[in-house]
Amino acid sequence: MKRTFKLEDLDCANCAAKMEDAISKLPGVTKVSINFMAQKMILEADDDKFDAVLKEAVKCVSKVEPDCRIIL
Amino acid sequence: MLLIVLKLLPLSAILESVFGDAEDGTPFVLRKIATIVLYLIPYLVVGYDVVIKALKKIGTGDFLDEEFLMMIATIGAFAIGDYPEATAVMLFYQVGELFQSIAVGKSRKSIADMMDICPDTAIVLRDGSEEEVDPSEVSVGEIVLVKPGEKVPIDGLILDGTSSLNTAALTGESLPVEVTPGSPVYSGSINLTSAIKVTTTTEYENSTVARILELVENSTDKKSRSEKFITRFARFYTPIVVLLAVLISIFCAIFTDLGISGSIYRGLIFLVVSCPCALVVSVPLSFFGGIGAASRRGILVKGSNFLEELSKIDTVVLDKTGTLTEGAFAVDAVHPNQVDADKLIDIAALAESRSHHPVAESIVNAHGKDINSSRLGDVEELPGRGIRAIIDEKEYFVGNGKLMEEVKADFHECHLPGTVVHVAMAEAEGSSEYLGHIVINDVLKKDSPDAIADMLRAGISDIVMLTGDNEKVASKVAGEVGIDKYYAGLLPGDKVDKLESLLDGTRKVAFVGDGINDAPVLTRADVGIAMGALGSAAAIEAADVVLMDDRLSKIPEAIRISRKTMRIVKENIAFSLFVKIAIMFLGAIGLADMKLAVFGDVGVLVLAILNSIRAMRIPKTR
Repeated sequence: MKRTFKLEDLDCANCAAKMEDAISKLPGVTKVSINFMAQKMILEADDDKFDAVLKEAVKCVSKVEPDCRIIL
Repeated sequence: MLLIVLKLLPLSAILESVFGDAEDGTPFVLRKIATIVLYLIPYLVVGYDVVIKALKKIGTGDFLDEEFLMMIATIGAFAIGDYPEATAVMLFYQVGELFQSIAVGKSRKSIADMMDICPDTAIVLRDGSEEEVDPSEVSVGEIVLVKPGEKVPIDGLILDGTSSLNTAALTGESLPVEVTPGSPVYSGSINLTSAIKVTTTTEYENSTVARILELVENSTDKKSRSEKFITRFARFYTPIVVLLAVLISIFCAIFTDLGISGSIYRGLIFLVVSCPCALVVSVPLSFFGGIGAASRRGILVKGSNFLEELSKIDTVVLDKTGTLTEGAFAVDAVHPNQVDADKLIDIAALAESRSHHPVAESIVNAHGKDINSSRLGDVEELPGRGIRAIIDEKEYFVGNGKLMEEVKADFHECHLPGTVVHVAMAEAEGSSEYLGHIVINDVLKKDSPDAIADMLRAGISDIVMLTGDNEKVASKVAGEVGIDKYYAGLLPGDKVDKLESLLDGTRKVAFVGDGINDAPVLTRADVGIAMGALGSAAAIEAADVVLMDDRLSKIPEAIRISRKTMRIVKENIAFSLFVKIAIMFLGAIGLADMKLAVFGDVGVLVLAILNSIRAMRIPKTR
């Protein structure tokens, strides 16, 4: 499954790269891409694990940049 | 906030002078504490959010980021007793951040503007009344009303109304397109003159505008080699700089008289410059800008990697039909024998008037006048040869040389390349009188010769044409457009083989086709370019670069945009690294202070962003 999310308050590009790196290492993630300029994340993960993956991804994001939120 | 800080700075200086000069016997330590506390006020006013952010992150383990470095650097300044420096550095950093967020905000806005081809609402006619709804709520077959000045929300066919449409957002061409009932219209075009009613043929998600937006927004999905390099680079760069910073501090502490805190401070300068942000932001931004600029010209690039490949192209392989030529036939020459030309066309057109073959249609078009079908009697199709028709009670044969041989007409082949249609009239004893022939050719696109010349000017060293047509036709077309290398008589499978023989590893090959039946070749090339894709989902699917209209001149333009983007990317990489390394070097020998280091971080970032924004502008032709 592939879904696009908007990221709010994504202010640092290096952080976006770090988030992308952290999320891509989560089990079940096929592909993730964070576009700093468009403030968007495209997450591709196994269908049955998608919700669990998304939950982990949210954690990754707030760990790297505490102010940044994924709009679900 | 800045204003408050600026007011507080002199205040703290005054306070310091009061306390510093006071020889009233206050114990030294107490005075020092008071000074620190007083300096902390402006420091915290300037940088409280940075400190809070840094403290928050310490708990997460991965804390080596800008905020943390700034906090450590300024604490370092406090530690060596350079209090004003701490506040000044923090202030400098914050100003840099402010500029950065302005630059980021500005480029985000220009991207948003660029992407503003999406209609916000659609007016649907339901039960005779107008209803304004979200475009995604309109289903296939509904009727939408598009008023002048509004965007067509969904692809469809005109039901009612005549108008002209501006398709610039889709094709980059500013010349308006005239539309009448029955014409297809594409979402994202702007209705210029009068209201039209459109029957939708697709849902919003599959309409042209939605597909373009998705393509461009997802294009950063496919990362270019430069972007991958930056990500990998950042991974090694930061730890190496941290290590160097530690080494420098230790070195200075042992071999110089800077003292421990002074040595650490020198190491900190290193750390502050270390953020690879300038690269991490500006490189993808340049690609995004380049892809955006291309999309405004009706050139969809499906990924940063393809933009990068496009800039390296030195060989362009073109399909003939539909690419260099219109893919539509037209009568090229009429060579009558014993009758006049009008008579020849008249007979041929009547005979072919019931056929839907493109060749037949081109003859009927050349005839131009109404065809009086009452003159036409029996018509018989002779497969692989032509037509036998009764016209004005006389028997005619219209077809190829084989047919002429069969009916014993005294015909001759034409010296011109192209499809030749012979015409003969039946006479007694099974022989026929030869009336002449018509030569039909695929029409060259008007801008093909210019586009080829432009490609050569843009530095393409090799242009090769592939065609399934015969040698004669191929050499004619190649000569007319100015291509000296061509392969004729190719079956669809041969085209892939020919392309592979060109892909010898020493060159970068782009293949240009109309996307209809050359999907295998499109995928095989380094960059597959499909043209005339407005409304064709298949072509968009198969290609790496999609031209929304079918003008070949878009190809040199796409190459120019890609080269400009790559130049900006390289400039940014070189500039950021050079400045950072220079500041590190100066810092190591004690010539760079913390302010210069902060400039090396945020200043370079702002400059790199500003440079990347240039990629959004379309380069001038020639």
